[in-house]
Amino acid sequence: MEDFSVFDIIGPRMTGPSSSHTAGAVRLSHIARKIAGEDVAEAAFTLYGSFAETGKGHGTDKALVAGALGMDPDDPRIKEAFDVAREQGIPVSVEFSDQPPKHPNTARIVITGSDGHVTDVLGESVGGGNILITEINGLDVEFSGEYPTLVIQHDDKPGVIAEVSHVLAQLNVNIAFMRVFRHGKGEDAYMTIETDQPVTQEMQAMILRLCSGINKLFAV
Amino acid sequence: MLLTDAFANGESLRRYCLENDIPIYEAMIRREVKLSEQTREEIVAEMHKNLDVMRASVERGLNSKVESVSGLSGGEALKLFKYGKHNPFSGYTACRAAASSMAVVEVNASMGRIVAAPTAGASGILAGALIESGRQRGWSDDTLVEGLFTAGAIGLIFAKNATISGAGGGCQAETGVAASMTAAALVEVSGGAPVQALDAAAMAMKNVMGLICDPVAGLVECPCIKRNALGAVNAMLCADMALAGITSLIPFDEVVSAMYAVGKDIRVEYRETARGGLATTPTGKAVAQRVKRLQGNE
Repeated sequence: MEDFSVFDIIGPRMTGPSSSHTAGAVRLSHIARKIAGEDVAEAAFTLYGSFAETGKGHGTDKALVAGALGMDPDDPRIKEAFDVAREQGIPVSVEFSDQPPKHPNTARIVITGSDGHVTDVLGESVGGGNILITEINGLDVEFSGEYPTLVIQHDDKPGVIAEVSHVLAQLNVNIAFMRVFRHGKGEDAYMTIETDQPVTQEMQAMILRLCSGINKLFAV
Repeated sequence: MLLTDAFANGESLRRYCLENDIPIYEAMIRREVKLSEQTREEIVAEMHKNLDVMRASVERGLNSKVESVSGLSGGEALKLFKYGKHNPFSGYTACRAAASSMAVVEVNASMGRIVAAPTAGASGILAGALIESGRQRGWSDDTLVEGLFTAGAIGLIFAKNATISGAGGGCQAETGVAASMTAAALVEVSGGAPVQALDAAAMAMKNVMGLICDPVAGLVECPCIKRNALGAVNAMLCADMALAGITSLIPFDEVVSAMYAVGKDIRVEYRETARGGLATTPTGKAVAQRVKRLQGNE
């Protein structure tokens, strides 16, 4: 992050106590909610490493619940997230694991949608409220949520990537970073596209309409 | 000197300000306008929002007894604030600024809303010292916002050339940097020149160089809250020294480099891991055990 904004130094406005253990946790879980299509009927969280060690004192458990409910890192209700979940009739569970993670501040977020569909997201809080999503439904991915991000689940066949990037070019959306991942040759594949401009709902619909081989698309 | 190069270090910032005959905060605002492609009004309005949240966090911590999630802290800002009315050793102004700084970090520990400056753990210093100084001297919100931009410029140079995280460089990188930022802000808002602001920033860092990050139970409470009180007073003292005409023998940029080198040399036990210092004293360990037992509940 070479080009710091003054608001990276004086800011962010956030609910305490920790940018990594609270604000970062809210962001992780909020992104998981978006990947689940904003449809959260039930949510389960597992905290690893330093999240598990000191998560209770930092309110990491509350932060994760808050993010899954759609709250942002400066929401004053983060502290009451468990009560808010109860009021909304969303069962939540939190587990503190002693399994050693790759990164000290790691959480697994498993969201069940109203149709029973399960979204399983693994992410890391890498410091200063910044995060990294490292796994979606068992597939290794990598994006930070710093930029508007498209997560596209697609068929592993020639041409899909070219079509998507072509449509984005037509829409005048510049791709900052792009990565592709797959379970195996010809199997389920994901691409993550981080862009300089936001990809609006109309643009997302256009990508779905014009590109073949796309199974699912989420904007984060 | 181009605006894009002005924030490479303290010396380039000083030269840019001199060539254009502007204070540091003005250079900071111009850079942000250029970088963000937003208007000056939007950027200044955004900083006013930060000031509002800062002030609300000071007031909340001074007017009520807030309690942290862990139960380890809370209410001490209020105690110092009340005591400070009756001839404290550190003086009325310093004592109130210290109490204000503690108030913010207590609010932070209670899962209240704060503005990281540059981090959540050091969020009390700039808010406490600037707002309390402004209250006593009748500074307008616009003036306080200018001070926040000055502070941001100093923090930016530390972030680019060193580190502003406890995990990266110990407590000097958090409460030390915050005190540097605040000292520079107080100098500029009081009419001091950019060179004096940089001297104040250099002196504040020199005073706490090497300070380790050893949070008890890994939480942003002990010793963080009281170190914010110290940071506020450190900043005010260094602002006074710079305004009195005292200079730093070691220039600001060299202090930043030294602080970074020291930060990297600080063993990992003393960089936010809670594996050394106060965190591993018998009492520190007992407190950590007690906090850990909280995990099972809810």
